[in-house]
Amino acid sequence: MNPGAGHEKRPSTIPIGLLPQAVLAILFLMDRVYLDNNATTIVDPRVKEAMEPFWSQMYGNPNSLHEFGTEVHPYMRLAFDRLYAGIRARDRDDVLITSCATESNNTVLQSVWYDLVRSGKKTEIVTTQVEHPAVGNTCRYLESLGAKVIYLPVNAEGIVDADILREHIHPDRTALVSIMWANNETGLIFPIRELAALCRENGILFHTDAVQAVGKVPVDVQAVPVDYLSFSAHKFHGPKGVGGLFVREGAPFSPLLHGGEQMGGRRGGTVNVAFLVGMGLAMELAVRALPFEQTEVRRLRDRLEDAVLSLPGVSVIGDRELRTPNTILMSVKGVEGEAFIWDLNRNAVAASTGSACASESLEPNPTFVAMSLNNELAHTGVRLSLSRFTTEAEVDRAAAAVRGAVERLRGISPARAV
Amino acid sequence: MAKADLVGGTLWEHYSTKVNDRMLNPRHMGEITEAEAAARGGKLVTADWGAEVCGDAIRAFWAVDPRTDTILDARFKTFGCGTAIASSDMMCELCIGKTVDEALRITNLDVERALRDNADTASIPPQKMHCSVMAYDVIRKAASQYKGVAMDSLEDEEIVCPCARVSLRTVKDVIRINDLKTVEEITRYTKAGAFCKSCVRPGGHEARKHYLVDILKEVREEMERDRSKAQAPVKGFSAMNLIQRHRAVEKVIEEKLRPMLAHDGGDLEVADMKETDGVTEVYVSYMGACRGCPSAATGTLNVIEETLQKELDGRIRVLPA
Repeated sequence: MNPGAGHEKRPSTIPIGLLPQAVLAILFLMDRVYLDNNATTIVDPRVKEAMEPFWSQMYGNPNSLHEFGTEVHPYMRLAFDRLYAGIRARDRDDVLITSCATESNNTVLQSVWYDLVRSGKKTEIVTTQVEHPAVGNTCRYLESLGAKVIYLPVNAEGIVDADILREHIHPDRTALVSIMWANNETGLIFPIRELAALCRENGILFHTDAVQAVGKVPVDVQAVPVDYLSFSAHKFHGPKGVGGLFVREGAPFSPLLHGGEQMGGRRGGTVNVAFLVGMGLAMELAVRALPFEQTEVRRLRDRLEDAVLSLPGVSVIGDRELRTPNTILMSVKGVEGEAFIWDLNRNAVAASTGSACASESLEPNPTFVAMSLNNELAHTGVRLSLSRFTTEAEVDRAAAAVRGAVERLRGISPARAV
Repeated sequence: MAKADLVGGTLWEHYSTKVNDRMLNPRHMGEITEAEAAARGGKLVTADWGAEVCGDAIRAFWAVDPRTDTILDARFKTFGCGTAIASSDMMCELCIGKTVDEALRITNLDVERALRDNADTASIPPQKMHCSVMAYDVIRKAASQYKGVAMDSLEDEEIVCPCARVSLRTVKDVIRINDLKTVEEITRYTKAGAFCKSCVRPGGHEARKHYLVDILKEVREEMERDRSKAQAPVKGFSAMNLIQRHRAVEKVIEEKLRPMLAHDGGDLEVADMKETDGVTEVYVSYMGACRGCPSAATGTLNVIEETLQKELDGRIRVLPA
């Protein structure tokens, strides 16, 4: 059974006044296809249902001693159990509840800056050129405070490997290494076990932003010696506005948000019980669906990938065996990314691009820059990302829309396909 | 920042209906062949501008009547975002029926205006103005090819901000006339730097010949030089009598030194002045916090002497009264 079955159909909100009658007729028959699951995902209906009692019935503050407060505790304990089990954390480790993975990443990086770098114990932080801005821009901020940050490049496969890392770490200087588990744009999975082990051998703290890994590949903090790990609920069919931070027992830690006694004093702020409950169930469902991700989602992804690769002048970045099972980063020769996803959107398919022309600042996505040998990817890269809710019919509709967009925009472009 | 900035992801909401329409159904997309141009009694002009590695590339085709210089037809092929496609299409439309010289007067601002749904609302978001500039550049390229002249000869002004078409002259003038001190003020006065921001400082989307930060610095320095020329150095200090010299010294103390000392709660006054062997000796006594300050007899005295020497005459000595 498709674990995504039962999600609601929603009406199209494309401005219909602009469309020719023929397209209009098709649109009324057709639902939108959402292929931007690396940006965010639909909330699983079961998750939505599980959160429902905590808005208006069990709304107590869990820190209150009265019954309104205490009645939510069993639900919170269950949620923590699910989160700990989901990443195989031990009871003596912490899985702190945060507002998002950006907060989790900031907590680790700023904590290490205060405890190790500013105090002069160590001097350097090592990260990569392809991190999400939640890590990349936080590192830039620490540089402005005086930290030395090394941004590792990726190899020809688009991966940060242990050889690259080994050259840039030093037991006396390196305070922290922060490397994502899987890349949000390419879906490429980094050899995180090897990278973390290398740091462990050298007495260096290791953090991973696992936002794109949880729910797509197995994440096991007992098998992988990470000290810190960030995740976000809305990337695995939970609500937006809640995330988690794994902190291994004994790892240095200073809070980012000082305040009340929540999270044992490690993260102040009243816990959003509904979100915690939702994230807990979402984690359990995501981990249970991992085999489905590896088989069915992968099958649909490969089906879509084969379809787009059959078009002239289309390439896909990264070996598909090395990628999360849901992600395709494609490049269409002679077709600019923003124009491409605009066309797809007209045809009810949602995709994303890191093209310079699609950003407020006209800056291409950092992953595109780091991976782009001739700068072409920075203008043509388009990402299609599936989820366990994506159906075969949707994939086929998306493939047709991609073909249409490639043909139309290639017709406008002065560039040839090959 | 404003409320609207807090939502984010609004790029496409700023496209006018006309922009959307032309992105989807460009009217003038395609090529003109030699034979097609000849059949209409015209000469074919083909012009390429931009490069795919830069994210924008356009090829424009004109059929031009060689007797009247009139553009009989115009078409395009574009690699670029939706705005680039819509601008290319509107550029062609605005060129058709005009002479080559008339077409040269079409700018990216005209193209943007022609794409508006109503006169007061921009047809594209600010950072996308950059994508319309290509439409202006390719007109110059095509015209230069038709006329057989260098492209640069068709631009009579040095442009700092191609998005808003603001010249170097204009930027320099507004800084001077309005005594502008920040790049934000320049942008407010001229719109230069309001769009793709490449011209603000190095490191933006596109490398530029001139940057607003440099122009500002340069003009401010020029203005400072002019100002000090107008005020100091006071000519003929040595030709002044002692009363005039005292007035000049007091003026410098009042303008340059007193504010500095007042900052630390101190003050000074000139107790006496003499001339010995052509050197003007100024005897000062301290007041307020300066009195008894350990540096009053050394560092502070040096600063006072150096300031007077710089502002008035090298042959001034400052001594404690």
